[in-house]
Amino acid sequence: MPEVLLASVSLEHVLVVGAMLFAIGLYLALGKRNAIAVLMGVELMLNAVNVTLLGFSRFVVSPRPLDGQVFAVFVIVIAAAEAAVALALAVAVYKHRETVNIDEIDLLRW
Amino acid sequence: MRATIITDNWWDIRDLSNLSGAILDVLDDAGAPDWTLYVVSALLGAAGIVAFIGAVAIINIWVERRVVGRMQSRLGPNRLGPFGLLQPVADAIKLMQKEVLQPRTADGLVFSVAPIAFTVPGIVVLAVLPWGRNMTLANLDVGIVFILALSSLGALAVFIGGYGSNNKYALFGAMRVIAMLISYEIPIVLALLGVVLFAGTMNPVDMVLFQENYWMFLVLVQPLPLLIYFISASAELNRTPADIAEAESEIAGGYHVEYSGMKFGLFYAAELINCVAVSAIIATVFLGGWWMYKLDEIVPGWMIFIGKIYAVYFLFVWTRGTLPRFRIDQLLSFAWKWMTPMALVNIMLVAAEILIWKETGWSAGLLFPIYIVVNGALTAGLIVAWVRFMGPKFTRFPDRPRFYTTIDVPSLPAPAPPAA
Amino acid sequence: MIDDTGIAVAFWVIAVTTVVCALMVTAVRNLIHAVLFLTLTFVGVSGIYIVLSADFVAVAQVLIYAGAVAVLLTFAIMLTPGADRLNSETAFQGPAAVLAGLVLAVIVFVTYDTDWQIDEGRVSFAATATALGRAFLGPYVVPFEVASVLLVTAMVGAILLTRDEEEEEGTGA
Repeated sequence: MPEVLLASVSLEHVLVVGAMLFAIGLYLALGKRNAIAVLMGVELMLNAVNVTLLGFSRFVVSPRPLDGQVFAVFVIVIAAAEAAVALALAVAVYKHRETVNIDEIDLLRW
Repeated sequence: MRATIITDNWWDIRDLSNLSGAILDVLDDAGAPDWTLYVVSALLGAAGIVAFIGAVAIINIWVERRVVGRMQSRLGPNRLGPFGLLQPVADAIKLMQKEVLQPRTADGLVFSVAPIAFTVPGIVVLAVLPWGRNMTLANLDVGIVFILALSSLGALAVFIGGYGSNNKYALFGAMRVIAMLISYEIPIVLALLGVVLFAGTMNPVDMVLFQENYWMFLVLVQPLPLLIYFISASAELNRTPADIAEAESEIAGGYHVEYSGMKFGLFYAAELINCVAVSAIIATVFLGGWWMYKLDEIVPGWMIFIGKIYAVYFLFVWTRGTLPRFRIDQLLSFAWKWMTPMALVNIMLVAAEILIWKETGWSAGLLFPIYIVVNGALTAGLIVAWVRFMGPKFTRFPDRPRFYTTIDVPSLPAPAPPAA
Repeated sequence: MIDDTGIAVAFWVIAVTTVVCALMVTAVRNLIHAVLFLTLTFVGVSGIYIVLSADFVAVAQVLIYAGAVAVLLTFAIMLTPGADRLNSETAFQGPAAVLAGLVLAVIVFVTYDTDWQIDEGRVSFAATATALGRAFLGPYVVPFEVASVLLVTAMVGAILLTRDEEEEEGTGA
């Protein structure tokens, strides 16, 4: 790392933190068995994206620097709506199949 | 002879920031770096708030039990000390020396964290509210949304307590109460939104300054949000009439059935602290905070604030001592069918009024009395109309009850003859 | 580039806590504990937002994520009692970990390789709530309205998906 780590916060640091959260969310979404754990990974990925958006809004040259925060609010809104629908889907699937294990919900697979 | 302008002397307790400012000056002259001063000032403010919370948790136990007792025509605690004033000390000693039982199958860390998670939002709320003209621990520009975020964290703490007990009844009580808590979050947000629209700012410091600037309490122009916030907050606090969470007579204590000793004491104290926090919010936003028509130049502003907190707290205790408990489905339908629509109508009304005020540019001295009258009339009309059209049907002058002298009993068929 | 020592220390403490909590979400063996660690992650991310001078977004994050999405996840777990709560991984976990590591490596490389146009003179934003409100009702009014329609659709959809087939009459208040 070119800079001294502890003395300052710069754009690269924020982006790396966001990338780490995104990678952890990706592992959760791809590697967990319970559908609700997969959804937790998706929410974590959306949060990581928000972190990078707000980092750009704070540091980068821009004619309207607050656009990053507007975008982040929209991402939060959409993430909340998507969480609601996805969890309703999980509960509905559970009612029919007695399971939310993604290995067993495979009726549509060719 | 009476100095009415708040001075800068360190002994002028009408503005406690003089005291902390003097301490910080001493440290600065000794050559401390800037961040040390920042940390010390934060710690001083936090120490003041924690001292207040400690006193509140002790005093309010007595206030609740004594006042509720007197309202229910019984004496309340009167054995320990004059008027039972030492009762909270006895309660605290009893709880501290009790054995803290934890079920073996309970979730260790989750079980222990729940009382703390329930208490902390109530204490942190007091940090963003203004205690005097220069006495705010954290002057946040989004203070009202911060307060709402903290009160929504309390719902999760209830679930942590109910789940961590590994007890069917505790979990059942916790899920019921979470449904109630998230239903009542919406009227709270909408009620506070109406006041925020009127004051034009989300900063509690600026709200008090708005009320000082326009020489009125915001409750006068917004009576309906106060009512909605009061009822919804007493549901959020799990107080009677909405205390199905801890209904001792129904589900054996709900989410804190497995807690004993000081953990239960912390739940109990957390309920009182949260109630004081909500009273502080009402006192700041609706009743003017530390400002009281120039009285705050004689009496310290924070004393006025504490007085208003206790006035609103008395209202909470009054409803607790008087009203019976509601069922869970009654509470939920009350939140969705009564509170939320009325809060939405109020927001539309407030938006129209603010638009008229800003667009026409007439002075506030002309428009605000009109708004006071119009809002009060509309509040009363809205409540009466809602009760008329959505409430249960009742007869205004029921006939007096009378005994039935003959009752038609349908005759039973003749019993079948026993098998030969 | 934020040079203030106090803010830098705060950022690093909060960032390390957040990443550790996110790692614990993958590692704990109990799904409810995973949700609780996820809630802590959300609060940590809100702390990062405050360092980046986005006060309104930070408080909205706590209000929406920690206050509502976490409760949603909890309800979903409680409404699926027969599912396994052991937070176990599928057979795909090895390739998933490799893929996540690769994505992390690529993003970090691109981050340090790009020449970002940093605005050196920018200080923290002033109160963002007012400016955000103006932006929502000014240039971004169409996405704002579409987002509200989306929320209504999501609510109606969620209710429809989980409704019982036989309709029962509810009692009045």
